[in-house]
Amino acid sequence: MVKNSLVESEASGISLDQYKSIVKNLSFYYGNFNALKNIDMVLHEKQVTALIGPSGCGKSTFLRCFNRMHDLYPGNRYEGDIVLYPDNENILSPYVDPIEVRMRISMVFQKPNPFPKSIYENVAYGLRVRGIKKRAMLDEKVEDALRNAALWGEVKDRLNDLAFNLSGGQQQRLCIARALATDPEILLFDEPTSALDPIATASIEELIADLKNKVTILIVTHNMQQAARVSDYTAYMYLGRLIEFDITDTIFIKPKNKETEDYITGRFG
Amino acid sequence: MYSKNVKSTCEKISRSTSNLQYSYKRHIKEKVIELLLFLAAFFSILITFSIVFMLVKESFAFFQQVSIWEFLTDTQWTPLFNDAHYGILPLISGTLVSSTVALLVALPLGTTIAIYLSEFASYTVREITKPFLELLGGIPTIVYGYFALLFVTPLLQIIFPDLPGFSLLSAGLVMGIMIIPYVSSMTEDAMRSVPMHLREGSYAMGATRFQTAIRVVMPAAFSGIAAAYILGISRAVGETMVVAIAAGMQPNLTWNPMEQAATITAYIVQVSLGDLPHGSIGYQTIFAAGLTLLLITLIFNILGHLLRKRYRQAY
Amino acid sequence: MNEEKKLEELRVVIARHRRWDLIFLIAGVLALMIALLTFMALFTQMLIDGMPRLSWDFFTSFPSRRPESAGILSAWVGTTLVMLVTAISAVPLGIAAGVYLEEYAPKNLFTELIEINVTNLAGVPSIIYGLLALGLFVYQLGLGQSILAAGLTLALLILPIVIVATREAIRTIPIVIREGSYALGATKWETVADHLLPYSAPGILTGVIIGLARAIGETAPIITIGALTFIAFLPPSPIKNEFPFISFEWLAAPFTVMPIQMFNWVSRPEEEFQSNAAAAGLILVVMTLAMNALAIYLRYRMRKKIKW
Repeated sequence: MVKNSLVESEASGISLDQYKSIVKNLSFYYGNFNALKNIDMVLHEKQVTALIGPSGCGKSTFLRCFNRMHDLYPGNRYEGDIVLYPDNENILSPYVDPIEVRMRISMVFQKPNPFPKSIYENVAYGLRVRGIKKRAMLDEKVEDALRNAALWGEVKDRLNDLAFNLSGGQQQRLCIARALATDPEILLFDEPTSALDPIATASIEELIADLKNKVTILIVTHNMQQAARVSDYTAYMYLGRLIEFDITDTIFIKPKNKETEDYITGRFG
Repeated sequence: MYSKNVKSTCEKISRSTSNLQYSYKRHIKEKVIELLLFLAAFFSILITFSIVFMLVKESFAFFQQVSIWEFLTDTQWTPLFNDAHYGILPLISGTLVSSTVALLVALPLGTTIAIYLSEFASYTVREITKPFLELLGGIPTIVYGYFALLFVTPLLQIIFPDLPGFSLLSAGLVMGIMIIPYVSSMTEDAMRSVPMHLREGSYAMGATRFQTAIRVVMPAAFSGIAAAYILGISRAVGETMVVAIAAGMQPNLTWNPMEQAATITAYIVQVSLGDLPHGSIGYQTIFAAGLTLLLITLIFNILGHLLRKRYRQAY
Repeated sequence: MNEEKKLEELRVVIARHRRWDLIFLIAGVLALMIALLTFMALFTQMLIDGMPRLSWDFFTSFPSRRPESAGILSAWVGTTLVMLVTAISAVPLGIAAGVYLEEYAPKNLFTELIEINVTNLAGVPSIIYGLLALGLFVYQLGLGQSILAAGLTLALLILPIVIVATREAIRTIPIVIREGSYALGATKWETVADHLLPYSAPGILTGVIIGLARAIGETAPIITIGALTFIAFLPPSPIKNEFPFISFEWLAAPFTVMPIQMFNWVSRPEEEFQSNAAAAGLILVVMTLAMNALAIYLRYRMRKKIKW
């Protein structure tokens, strides 16, 4: 039913509440290098969208546009729009505060990057940045986030331990909890399992499936099976262009584009 | 097909008020902090400027009364006598002789230690020796001065009975030992940063460790080693307490390390110990001497910079 | 036959190379030994000369014309107060400058100028700082030969050390930690204050301790500002009986410090004063060695504890 929403919307005209974000004619430049070229795409609300493609195709660059990470480094330039709903605001506009954007769109990185603080303080950091000081409120939010990240059971007795003492998989789930603690509207995953072993990978994938109905997810993955397993929609990118975007099943079973088919079937990349 | 849909959708949507606007309060705070941090960094430029300004200002007053020609060519430095002479040469000779003695000790020994630690020593030896050398570098120079005067000079007098109680030789030797840690630790750092594959290439040809160190590692680390040597030279030229205590404070135009002579720094100390009125020519002489010292160290620093630039290795 | 001869020749060459290797190995150990033995000689000499003078009275007496009753009370009090001024002024300034250069500074010519300048300042002879202080603090600003003037002089001297230590400590923090913080909506300053500074604190502390250890032993700049060498009184106490209980009069007081006291004794012709100098030197060496050892230990522990 859910998976047919795209088809439905095409049939009955577009109903806006299904879109969390619309990307319009997005280009991105690292200095003179044109890394993204005229991308048009949508993010469906409370669905998982996967970005796949050979390395260097710009999928991570694309992901990092959503929380304006590129603003941190000089010489980067965006062109085009990423419109966020329900605000109907282009988050790439120079009038938009990247800090506000990052408070509403969280990110989980390739390698687990917990802060060398306690488990509790790691999760609470995003809340503290928002100025929340009340202990009871923090406690509640931290517990919720850790439960949502399926980590609460493992760490509830040692919240004051250093986060570095957790295993790699636990660290990554901690980073997910950290990102969830602030109730983000979109959760960005940048190859979240590439540094993890298969068991930890499975637990993260399970977690993404659980989170699906709570938050809109955009995930970059180098692993096509992973995209097929976790996502509802898939975008195939190549050399900075969006080659094909559709329901995951369609992409993997009968892609419309020859290039996509070659990549999916392993003839290329 | 799909993108066309998206475009039309966007056109249908009317603009609503924004929740994402710049928070000016937050950004003003950020800018104020950035400005404060910038001022702190800028302060370092201010220090340099003040140093140059102060030295040049007082030296200028000095050169109103003493010609630069006399300053550079007169062979006597007796500013505090009735028959005043203002020739910097005796101070420069003292500085150069004591520094040369020091560098003859520090550069070969420091380099040997660096090669040994970087290429020969085991991990354990290195881990114990490096902190120890660092500790040696932290000993106050006044203590080395005491050591030069009361231990090394008497010891040298056994070998050279004619050696006076103050001598450039004794001060220079101790200064050399004092500088070893700086030279060796920087040289070693430079050599250790040479990537392993260069060494492996040499070993694979059948070279020994010594050959690898001399023919592969040292040339590759040249810019770092040059920096270490330059630092050693600046240290020797600018060192004050060892020479002030052990080399004597009499200006003496000599190139013989067995004699006593004042260096530029020792002269500044000697004047500071007395009570010279602010604004007198005696007061101005120490700034002229200081400016000379700064220029000498500057020349070496520029030289080092050029060497590094020329031989910079990119791995 | 010919093959065998070639092999024979090669073996001779290898043996010669091996010999050189061995010779150099011995040279390296010898060079190390020279450094080590010198230190032993220095320490033993001072121990023999100074040990008899080390007593409680030595710490609680003022300098005196009679060598046997002279002590270092005014010197160690002076050193403590001067170090206080140095630390309070150099540490915040150095850390702020280091943070700016590492995290904020745009990549342009001006930033490069500041960087080159900091490197060059570290190589300026300490006596030059003394001349700057003499002209600027003592006369231009009218601070006189005070604790404040001396403290600020040494602060300028160790500022480059603190800046470089701060930069190096911050640089070891991986970029993903910064990105993690920014991704949660932290501003630049929040990222610096909540993450970069706390995580680099041990490294910065190491640099500060090394800087202060250097400042404690600095003699030349203090002599240059014309600090008196015979001080038989203490600066006014910073704590008062009546409101507001804290006084800053001590900042303007004349003073002496440990290395100056030692220099004063070394330059006396009487042999008894040399023992006093040795005793003061011993205390000075133990103090600086302890501080440097603490810094080295901190660095060692830090390396073991946090592996990014």
